[in-house]
Amino acid sequence: MAAANTFHLRILSPERVFYEGDVSMLELTTSEGEIGIYAGHIPTTFVLAPGVMRIHEPAQGKTTANIREAALHSGFIEVLPEEVHVIAEAVEWPEEIDLNRARIAQQRAERRLKRYSSGMNVMRTELALRRALVRIEVGEKR
Amino acid sequence: MASMTDLKKRRASVSSTGQITKAMKLVSTVKLQKTRVQAEHSKPYFGFLYDTVTSIIASSPDVSSPYLTPGEGGKTAVVAITSNRGLAGGYNNNIVKLITQWEIPKEDLVVYAVGTKGRDGLTHRGYNVVADMSELINAPMFLDALYLCQQLLDAFKNGEIKEIYLAYTSFKNTMVQEPKLLKLLPLQFDQEEIAKKPSFSPMNYEPGEEEVLEQIIPQYMAGILHGAFVEAIASENAARMQAMDNATKNAEEMMEDLELEYNRARQSSITQELTEIIAGANAIS
Repeated sequence: MAAANTFHLRILSPERVFYEGDVSMLELTTSEGEIGIYAGHIPTTFVLAPGVMRIHEPAQGKTTANIREAALHSGFIEVLPEEVHVIAEAVEWPEEIDLNRARIAQQRAERRLKRYSSGMNVMRTELALRRALVRIEVGEKR
Repeated sequence: MASMTDLKKRRASVSSTGQITKAMKLVSTVKLQKTRVQAEHSKPYFGFLYDTVTSIIASSPDVSSPYLTPGEGGKTAVVAITSNRGLAGGYNNNIVKLITQWEIPKEDLVVYAVGTKGRDGLTHRGYNVVADMSELINAPMFLDALYLCQQLLDAFKNGEIKEIYLAYTSFKNTMVQEPKLLKLLPLQFDQEEIAKKPSFSPMNYEPGEEEVLEQIIPQYMAGILHGAFVEAIASENAARMQAMDNATKNAEEMMEDLELEYNRARQSSITQELTEIIAGANAIS
């Protein structure tokens, strides 16, 4: 059983169980904006937007409190009374990010945005640009 | 009786074929272990998606989504997952057979082929193959599944297709793989199972139930597709391993028979030579 001020977090990606453990707070970006989740949050399902996710790990025994960051691209989050599930389409730790590739993707998306002015392509390109920016933000901090 | 040189050549060719099949068996065994792990890793993700979708539908039965009702008119789409390589026993053929023996006639079907063997087999039989994504079965990524899913959903929304099926080989164990047809869209859920779900009411949805479903259902479908890809690859390797194992055993059996026949031919040629020499010696004296 988790301590009173923590909750159980599970982050799943298609390839693996990305993270599992008791955390004190989770910060992430939803389609409606950035949110922070503490234990005892009202049961809710959010749609995620590309953004930096911060996992606040509580102090446990010898380890001190710690904040881990990851790039979270899309998917959804389900907040249940006891548990929180993040079901992501793609999620990466900083050390897994290829910064060069992200920078190239950023440039490509920016160029493409100048060419198109409206329609589906712009939406897709904007999403790609946001993903690239999130990757760069997370990757640069390592 | 075949001559000794012929038998020798036969024996050499059977033995090298046997070596090749043996090597292929070993390769498939290693690949099978790898792909099996992958298939197992993708299972919890899919299970979660399924749970979430059913619990949303359970807690809000009046939610409406275009994905829950069959389209009007249009054709039936089937995603046929096969491999790009042969020599896997009945693996590819079983999927083709599954589709050709289906009750839906080929005029009403459009095929989204994943895997060149299935694509060629179905084209040959006069099926309408509208998309070919054979490349992705070499190394399936979730993004590929998402992309294929997007294509299918676009066609579904445009009214080109009214329902979507998935034909793949499910991996039971190393010895048993079962070709399967699965309905992807419109989504169907077991009402009993939904009734059993604990519903965490009141569950809130941000931005709203329909928007959340709109986001989750494509992801859910992509999850099924991705799961089917990795499972199909595991099945392919298991099927190939079995086929190659049989081939190796067969080659060994043939080698034994040929060995016997060769020895017999050798013995009879010696006997004949001896008879000739003796007959010659008798004629001179």
